Amino acid sequence: MAAALSAIGVDSVAPARQAVGLEGLAIAFALGGGGVYRAVEQIDLSVSDGEFVAIVGPTGCGKSTLLNAAAGLLKPAEGRVSIYGGPLAGLNRRAGYLFQQDALMPWKTALQNVAVALEPQGVPSGEAQERARAWLAKVGLSAFADRYPHMLSGGQRKRVALAQMLIRNPEILLMDEPFGPLDAQTRQIMGNLLLDLWAADRKAVMFVTHDLEEAIALSDRVVVMSAGPAARIVGDYRVPLARPRDIADIRLDKVFHEIQREIWATLKVEVQKAYAQGEGRA
Amino acid sequence: MKRLNLLAWQVGVGLAFLTLWHVFSTTKFGAAKPPLDPFFFSTPLDVIARTWKSFASGEIWRHLWITLLETALAFGIGASTGVAFGFGFALRPKLAAIFDPYIKMANALPRVVLAPIFMLWFGLGIWSKVALGFTLVFFIVFFNVYQGVREVSPVVLSNARMLGMNDRQLMRHVYWPAALTWMFSSLHTAVGFALVGAVVGEYLGASAGLGYKIHEAESVFDTTGVFSGMLILAIVVIVIDVAMTMVERRLLVWRPNHDAGANQT
Repeated sequence: MAAALSAIGVDSVAPARQAVGLEGLAIAFALGGGGVYRAVEQIDLSVSDGEFVAIVGPTGCGKSTLLNAAAGLLKPAEGRVSIYGGPLAGLNRRAGYLFQQDALMPWKTALQNVAVALEPQGVPSGEAQERARAWLAKVGLSAFADRYPHMLSGGQRKRVALAQMLIRNPEILLMDEPFGPLDAQTRQIMGNLLLDLWAADRKAVMFVTHDLEEAIALSDRVVVMSAGPAARIVGDYRVPLARPRDIADIRLDKVFHEIQREIWATLKVEVQKAYAQGEGRA
Repeated sequence: MKRLNLLAWQVGVGLAFLTLWHVFSTTKFGAAKPPLDPFFFSTPLDVIARTWKSFASGEIWRHLWITLLETALAFGIGASTGVAFGFGFALRPKLAAIFDPYIKMANALPRVVLAPIFMLWFGLGIWSKVALGFTLVFFIVFFNVYQGVREVSPVVLSNARMLGMNDRQLMRHVYWPAALTWMFSSLHTAVGFALVGAVVGEYLGASAGLGYKIHEAESVFDTTGVFSGMLILAIVVIVIDVAMTMVERRLLVWRPNHDAGANQT
């Protein structure tokens, strides 16, 4: 079993069509003082169609910037982003993005927030409302359709955001610590909900989190990033756990613990590095 | 219960003030005149009686109508141009940067000094008052909308763009509602200033309106008339404010803690 868990090269396995390809990617930010902060460097990452890839790393290592580059929200300083083989220009129209922070329009009800996602595709508003209602039902919020975001709990808002992202039927899902602000129990419920919805038509997923357990429980592959600045990918692990999974139960699985121990060995070093840097800076 | 309590206190403060005013303006306390000489301070009963009379005789309605018309025009024109410019500048930062010093200069100008100029330009009729109110309302709404559009949450904006919205859709679903919130939070102030512009304009030169009435009373040392005019103004302001609050409640239902106060009964 342990052999199956060994780290593998990024390019060695490419069974399905590539959904997202990052090649030699570097992302830099101009600093206020005129300097340049290199967030990530030499990133090579390939996400296949239907593959659920989790990206873990210490806080501030630039995990989110990878997502933003794949979404087209950030222009990389170097390297290429390709989406289904073609170079990405402008925003990534084939991707949906689930943000860590609240991104719903506060002036729209849950239903309106979900329905409005169909407007850019030219869906008539009557039909959009109907489909939005169906999606709210899927995420268990039928009774809350007419509530405004501030009347919903954090978990409920995330469900609305999930429905808003999925109703457009994007081919790629980009998620930036989406369940980060939620409490532990809600996270598990949301994780299971996400897996259920994802299992229906298996999109390519890039899921950023700092929670290793969450990463393993959800994904097919866990990518570990080093501490920043100039963070790189330092590990890439397959997760050979059978699906469908229940997030709460799977944490008790023996295989789960083996993978966790193996990845943590890599991640721990980086977390300690990041922590030491933080101390030094403070 | 809590609300009733508050209301009781509010009414109580008003009554206490009126009682003190009444006592000190009617009781002589052994002196030749009351401590508050009615010639300079009038008395609350006189003011109320005069106000009642001017409504009953109907002569105030014409003046009230003129003042309200000026207020409404100043507010309508000022708010709509404020919104238009606020949007335009917020979405074109270069334009905003060029005009920035001039806008600050214009806004720093005390509007009263403009009143005579406006009278020269627009005459003694309602338009010189509308112009004065406009200069007050425009800047309040302009700054608020400008701020509102620029401070749209970047996450909400990124999310909307990731949903595939084009510029027009972003405008409709993100920028406009965001700016509207800010506009409404400035609306109470803006309406008040529209009224101030109208009254000050009338005060400085007019043939009708509440400001004119007050000025007229002042010029013959009719303090009762002055206070009566102020009372009518105050009533108008409160009525407008209540109406604004109702409109705001309806349009901003989505805002967190918006009606938290109303729910705590």
